[in-house]
Amino acid sequence: MLCERCGQRPATMHLTEISNGQKNDTHLCEVCAREIQPQGFGFVPQIHLHNFLASLLNHGMGEDKSYKTETTGKKCEKCGVFEGQIAKQGLMGCGDCYPFFEERLLPLLRRIHGSTRHTGKVPARTGGRARLAKEINKLKNNLKEVVSREDFEQAAQLRDQIHQLEKYMAEGSEG
Amino acid sequence: MPLKKTVNSSYSRWMDADGPEADIVISSRVRVARNLAGKPFPHLSNNEKAEDIIRAVRLAVEDKELAKQVGALEISLLSELSPVERQILVDKHLISPDLLSSFEWKAVVLRDDEVISIMVNEEDHLRIQCLLPGLQLKEAWELINQVDDGLEKTLDYAFSEKLGYLTACPTNVGTGMRASVMLHLPGLGLTKQLSGVLNAINKVGLTVRGLFGEGTEALGDMFQISNQITLGQSEEEIIDNLVAVAKQIIAQEQAARRALYNGRREVFEDRIYRAYGTLKYAHILTFEEAMRLFSDLRLGIEMGLVSGIPAKLLNELMVKIRPAFLVKLAGQDMTAQQRDIFRAEMIRKEFEGS
Ligand SMILES: [Zn+2]
Ligand SMILES: [Zn+2]
Repeated sequence: MLCERCGQRPATMHLTEISNGQKNDTHLCEVCAREIQPQGFGFVPQIHLHNFLASLLNHGMGEDKSYKTETTGKKCEKCGVFEGQIAKQGLMGCGDCYPFFEERLLPLLRRIHGSTRHTGKVPARTGGRARLAKEINKLKNNLKEVVSREDFEQAAQLRDQIHQLEKYMAEGSEG
Repeated sequence: MPLKKTVNSSYSRWMDADGPEADIVISSRVRVARNLAGKPFPHLSNNEKAEDIIRAVRLAVEDKELAKQVGALEISLLSELSPVERQILVDKHLISPDLLSSFEWKAVVLRDDEVISIMVNEEDHLRIQCLLPGLQLKEAWELINQVDDGLEKTLDYAFSEKLGYLTACPTNVGTGMRASVMLHLPGLGLTKQLSGVLNAINKVGLTVRGLFGEGTEALGDMFQISNQITLGQSEEEIIDNLVAVAKQIIAQEQAARRALYNGRREVFEDRIYRAYGTLKYAHILTFEEAMRLFSDLRLGIEMGLVSGIPAKLLNELMVKIRPAFLVKLAGQDMTAQQRDIFRAEMIRKEFEGS
């Protein structure tokens, strides 16, 4: 058997990966095994992954519509990458490809991650939901304090602000 | 110049073997993928665009405030190094082998102690890594988080409220985070429990990896566990999950080691001291044999049976006995046979007086 990475030398080792109860063996020659070195943890090139993605994307298109060439399908307006290219390489062209190819991508993301919604870190500059929620909380605390002082004019202002932010946040979660 | 220092020394902070659970967990690693908004991902890049990215990252890492918070970071082009020196960065786990192809477009950022490294223009524009000894995933994430916050003051990341950090490969989208621990599991191997334990992990979203030779023994008894899912879980959840599973495996490995020691102590000790003796006196050692002997000896050190050799030295030797560093030390190219002789000689020297 030839090495699955270089396709040139005979495979003498195998890299075993177990995830989600699925075992996957990659047969490697000594040179490639040393190069990818699992001691380098996490740097194992995802040999199967790009092929896997490509096949998923292709599958979504159905038999007759499958990507025969790299220039089939829609084209990202920003980076100019074609759907066919993405399917072949398993890589997106730019950040704008995500909303652009969203329809095709969401079922794929669900299959890979079991989810289609980010719940982690939000960059400060983006002013994301987490920060929005924090801001709303802060305003609500202010409101309590202002009400207890019977400053109703200020309270009305704060209440409007809170409503506005909450509306903005609700819209964001649908989009 | 830190980069020259890095490639001239086989030592790196993660080798210190001094973190929590260091008798089983060699090291913890967290890396996050980040991309710049409005720029094509590196695989679509050309020389000019790649230089733009490097220029932007340079500006971001040379920020004085960032240096104050996380220590000075220095960016270097990979083209400043020889091929052997670039391979040494891979062997020290500071960059991935993927950064070596079309290296003219790529750069690496390092902190002096090599705990933080950033690959520029790999699959994503930035891959920020933190590498620490022992089980320190939380600490590694906290540090990355700080670096990331600092960089973000200069760089505008590709991010969507819905899908999180946007990455070249959809398998990384969301947190863009890959966390992993390197475990030394000889006890489970010797007691034939390995496949049982690893198959039982089977927790959704985690992956276990090991490299095996012709036999059933994993090379160096090293295993890596990492998260697979990056979307729908927060960074903290991913890490908590991984730490919980790592702790389970650690407990099982400890039990296996105790059972071996209590059950057939002479056989167990014989194995360890044979490895010690061979490493100390052999004149020809292949990489694979040395790795196998290191594993046995490491087990003896971790269990407190061998005291003359620190685990730290074995970690460093795992890098030093690889072809790239041997060539660097010898100052010339060598055949495989010459390397095996040179490797044994170097190990003998390191073990002298132990
Ligand atoms: Zn190969
Ligand atoms: Zn695009």
